[in-house]
Amino acid sequence: MNRFFSRSPSGPLAAHAGRRVALIGLLACASLLGACGTTTRLDPAAPVEDKGSGARATAAAPGSGSGLNGANGLNGGTLSPLPESKVGTLDLGANKANADRSGRAASAKTVYFGYDSYVVRDQDRNVIEANASYLAGDRKRQLLIEGHTDERGGREYNLALGQKRADSVVRALVLLGAADSQLEAVSYGKERPAASGGDEAAFAKNRRAELKDR
Amino acid sequence: MTTRRVFSRQALALAGGLALPAARAQFRVEISGVGATQVPIAVLRLRDEERAPQAVSAIIRADLERSGLFKMVEPGAASLDETSRPNFSDWRGLASDALVAGSVTRLADGRFDVRYRLWDVVRGTELTAQALSVAREDLRLAAHRAADDIYQKLTGERGVFSTRIAYVSKTAGRHTLWVADADGENAQSAVAGPEPIISPAWSSNGRELAYVSFETRKAVVYVQDVLTSQRRAVASYKGSNSAPAWSPDGSQLVVTLTRDGLSQLYVIGRNGENLRRLTTSSGIDTEAAWSADGRTIYFVSDRGGGPQIYRVGLDGNNPERVTFAGNYNISPALSADGRYLAYITRLASNSFRLTLMELATGTITSLTDTTDDESPAFAPNSRLIIYASRANGRDVLMTTTLDGTIKARLGAPQADVREPTWGPYGR
Repeated sequence: MNRFFSRSPSGPLAAHAGRRVALIGLLACASLLGACGTTTRLDPAAPVEDKGSGARATAAAPGSGSGLNGANGLNGGTLSPLPESKVGTLDLGANKANADRSGRAASAKTVYFGYDSYVVRDQDRNVIEANASYLAGDRKRQLLIEGHTDERGGREYNLALGQKRADSVVRALVLLGAADSQLEAVSYGKERPAASGGDEAAFAKNRRAELKDR
Repeated sequence: MTTRRVFSRQALALAGGLALPAARAQFRVEISGVGATQVPIAVLRLRDEERAPQAVSAIIRADLERSGLFKMVEPGAASLDETSRPNFSDWRGLASDALVAGSVTRLADGRFDVRYRLWDVVRGTELTAQALSVAREDLRLAAHRAADDIYQKLTGERGVFSTRIAYVSKTAGRHTLWVADADGENAQSAVAGPEPIISPAWSSNGRELAYVSFETRKAVVYVQDVLTSQRRAVASYKGSNSAPAWSPDGSQLVVTLTRDGLSQLYVIGRNGENLRRLTTSSGIDTEAAWSADGRTIYFVSDRGGGPQIYRVGLDGNNPERVTFAGNYNISPALSADGRYLAYITRLASNSFRLTLMELATGTITSLTDTTDDESPAFAPNSRLIIYASRANGRDVLMTTTLDGTIKARLGAPQADVREPTWGPYGR
């Protein structure tokens, strides 16, 4: 038993008059020592393990494992191999993004969209035609169509909206001679803006689909 | 009427003589708003806590204050510990209803012994006394557990101070998924890379995080073990795979897939098995959120024109629309007590605001006056909501009480933080 909490209920803590205080004293005693045997509503906590002073470690309080995952230092008497607060880190590596995204300049092209729209406009017709012929020319060629949105609105909804833009470009390409199997539509939503600025000019540059070699 | 108080480590150090080791990050809690009823409490500095790497009593004070239910009473020069016998009339004189004192002792094996006692000053009685023996890395956790205990004894409700949050930061082309204490401190990197990471979601036992990573140049859903960082891809179909939402029993997830064309909801097992389509609409269906009883899926759909929140049973039949006010409602989150739905509404001025609906009555309340709110999530005790917002040109994490009166900005030190999600009890 730890020297700080060795007082029995008849000690100084219970010097105040009243059964209620003595009862609380008992409850406090139980929560600390675990061995008093009184049921309590107190949160689980370790009885003191004062290894340094050579004091005897007390048994775990009843229910002290509830709500806690696995072995941990607060179960009383059990030392965990890792602190509870540890988080494993996964590093996905340095920035290779630039290398991956350069593509081949000749066929990397962009189609732009109006606000809240996923309709391919007439002004981008030549981009679609050029890439459709490119694909039709060799069935082994493949394109990745990445849809994007401007920064306004929710992330997941924008991911879905970007996907609709990419799909729209895929459909336009297929209509002009590409095969479905040569294409995959994906979305970055608002996660990869092409332009920053927060104004309409920037928004317009970000509402796009990029056609990239795979 | 608003009161703003800022506690900085320097201020506390001056007040209580705390040492300031250079390695520690700055720690600030900013609170705004005045709650209706606050319990005045004096939390004294713990004896010898300045010799430990964490200012335990300061963490307890900040936790209690962020809940909105407590008002800190400055203890002055009082010096007590858990073995003391306070003079309660002194504390009543300071208008304090409760008192906490204790100590922090370094043990020979490098662990720490945190002890405290809570007294009811009005009745002159003791409410709780605990001793927590922890590794050095878990000192903050011990402080948070003490705060939970104090909170529960004084309010009758379970505290969430020892829970964790996860969130994403983006700095200079690097995206990181962080796991931190519920106060935003002690952040550790779970995943970091050059491609975006979005939509983190805690499993109900707190052992795993699902998230969406673009590392393969498209959105793929991963599930990762928080302790070991081992992970598996659970949804990597054609197109985009996103918006993972765990079932309350941890056995399944609902995800958004575009494998059949438009974004639709699918149910999968926790390892990606047993794929089953849940919704079929001619619009976008996404952002699933489970009710706490595991029987209803709330989600966002624009089948009616603009994005609104709907709900459907696990059989996917007859989805029912839930939001009718406004033409853009997204990001549903459900409270564990089943009473509330939090979501984001776009207002006419193209601003995005955190909104709360009481499900039984349909009553709607706006919880903030900011214009770039995102990604709400409830604390497991259903009393607080964490969300991302924008303040002074920076993305920040905030918590608010459900009546919107007490807000706290979290101390996450990284720039541009977003996508917070609140972990369960018991970590």
